[in-house]
Amino acid sequence: MKMNGARIMLECLKKEGVDTIFGYPGGTVINIYDELFSFKEIRHILPRHEQAGTHAADGYARATGRVGVCLATSGPGATNTVTGIATAYMDSIPMVIITGQVPTPLIGNDAFQEVDIIGITRPCTKHSFLVKDVKDLAMIMKKAFYIARTGRPGPVLVDFPKDVQIAQTEFVYPETVEIRSYKPKLEGHPRQVEKAMAMILEAQRPVVYVGGGAVLGNAAEELTTLCRKLTIPVTTTLMGLGSFPENDPNSLGMLGMHGAYCANMAMTNADLIVAIGARFDDRVTGKLATFAPHAKIIHIDVDPTSIKKNVRVDLPIVGDVKDVLTRMIKQADKLKDKVTEFKTAIAPWQTDIAGWKDKHPIGYKNSTTVIKPQFVIQKLRELSDDDAIISTDVGQHQMWTAQFFQFNRPRTLLTSGGLGTMGYGLPSAMGAQAAFPGRQVITICGDGGVQMNIQELATLVQNKLPVKIVILNNNFLGMVRQWQELFFDKRYSSTCMELPIDFVKLADAYGAKGFSTSKPGDVEKIIKQAFKEKGPVIMEFKIAREEKVLPMVPAGAALNEMVLNA
Amino acid sequence: MQHTISVLVENEFGVLSRVASLFSGRGFNIDSLTVAPTNEEKMSRMTIVTRGDDQILEQITKQLNKLIDIIKVIDFTDGSGVERELALIKVTAEDESRAEVLRIVDIFRAKIIDVTPKSYTIEATGNPVKIDAILDLLRPLGLKELVRTGAVAIGRGAKGWKG
Repeated sequence: MKMNGARIMLECLKKEGVDTIFGYPGGTVINIYDELFSFKEIRHILPRHEQAGTHAADGYARATGRVGVCLATSGPGATNTVTGIATAYMDSIPMVIITGQVPTPLIGNDAFQEVDIIGITRPCTKHSFLVKDVKDLAMIMKKAFYIARTGRPGPVLVDFPKDVQIAQTEFVYPETVEIRSYKPKLEGHPRQVEKAMAMILEAQRPVVYVGGGAVLGNAAEELTTLCRKLTIPVTTTLMGLGSFPENDPNSLGMLGMHGAYCANMAMTNADLIVAIGARFDDRVTGKLATFAPHAKIIHIDVDPTSIKKNVRVDLPIVGDVKDVLTRMIKQADKLKDKVTEFKTAIAPWQTDIAGWKDKHPIGYKNSTTVIKPQFVIQKLRELSDDDAIISTDVGQHQMWTAQFFQFNRPRTLLTSGGLGTMGYGLPSAMGAQAAFPGRQVITICGDGGVQMNIQELATLVQNKLPVKIVILNNNFLGMVRQWQELFFDKRYSSTCMELPIDFVKLADAYGAKGFSTSKPGDVEKIIKQAFKEKGPVIMEFKIAREEKVLPMVPAGAALNEMVLNA
Repeated sequence: MQHTISVLVENEFGVLSRVASLFSGRGFNIDSLTVAPTNEEKMSRMTIVTRGDDQILEQITKQLNKLIDIIKVIDFTDGSGVERELALIKVTAEDESRAEVLRIVDIFRAKIIDVTPKSYTIEATGNPVKIDAILDLLRPLGLKELVRTGAVAIGRGAKGWKG
């Protein structure tokens, strides 16, 4: 059947199993909106800002594992998506971003609302397409989804000129896709896997270091099975939280700049590091010259560019993490006797680690007079559902959440790890809630970041998305303030949010519920009350203003040079 | 160390800017870059001369391979390829220097492709080291203008790039 390009776009989305998109209308997408008007198979959610729409698609993707989709008009609509695209790119989130573009004859003429969005987003997309002919549209969409979700996932942008949306052609969705220049390597080399198992079983002081790749590759189950079989200590990055249950005795929690003392000590003293879907980011390694000086490194990653980018690697395995771990489990089962010997051999190492855990556990000093942010996080864990989805903004509250929430399931933490995007928390929670209307979705924010996309309260209320918004309010841009306190002689340059906001009234103005307190005794009561509410709720906790995130490895210091109390 | 890399790419919209933006965004050097179509209709070939230690070269190769439109990356550094470059050189040639320029052109098996009473324009081909050498000899005589294509390279032996 002949259809116009706008309709074909929607049919393609349907074929890809897309049920929800986040989009904002405008002149160059008005034809798509006209088709959407009668296209009931796709739910369209209207955010109040394109950046938020992009973060919502990202949150949707992180929570479900499917490709998130958002739509924006040309020019300013497109440029507003850039922060969201860069956020997704840094954390390898599968997304398709559709932008309207001025009609093809006008491209390059500085037309109204024209911008070279492909040029602007080139460094922060996995790939991008300009649809020049409606006949290419279906294949481009097929390729866009394929590229976004395979290999190391990432955002793909499709720039869609208005005249191509109007042009008509026969709609045929391709059954298969074949790109000769794009063939991600998914199967781990069997010989490398054998070598890896041999190296692990010979190690005396091994650590498994897990990143977001294990979550994105849906490998949490295999990871947990293998590590439990071996009783091997496991530490995760911020992005890896949830891939291995933190309530497991062999979990060391998060490592790195604000990681657990035991995790950083284990990395520094290890004789073998097994990196799984992690990329040795500077926030994880600290000073590279002194990173893991005694360790051999096995690096498993689907993206060859991650291997040997920052650190030397003794045994690389390129492949899908799930596939490689499955092979490793089989190999471990073949070597039962050796595994038993290994467990005995690493017992002294486990004693060392237990010693570090006891010496400096992740902790804080509670108070009866002021609310400690860590206390709020612990209460949230205690009172929320096991499968609750938590999103965070960026800053101190993000690190407190990582340290104190205890993540036991994959895809329950949505956080901007690589780009560190303030304003991410609220809209990403919105995306997750749209995907899972029945699950508890909580966003934990600071008073700074929440105000960067606070307009999305309207979207939550209008679409009946009952996100619970926790604001840990210290009237500061807390993380920068902490750096100023520690490294800039307490010169709090522009980090004090001097105007106090009445978040209860603000919630009320949008038609949401708001609670606020500065008393530790009210925390539990407010959380319980908020969780009972059917709609979105703001919970504002006025916290100890100068509470710090500790421990901390100062930027550029070695991983074992942690500031424990300051 | 200098490396010559051949990059076979799909003839798609924006592929040159993807490659260029990869080099600038990651702080890799480009000494020269050439691009033109090949015998295969939908494929172009770039030759990039770059520099860096082994680790940087490994990253350059891997990052290039990661770009969706790139079909194959070949590093010719181990002497596995032959390289050629073409240069057009406009040189001052008056009175006594006219004969000297002609001698140099002859020695390098170059060609005069344009002539005026005051200048010669020379076409020289060879590997980039040879081009450097002729330029070193012509420079004292008065180099007015220079354009180089940058190196192109192809693998030695009977096999094509597909093997």
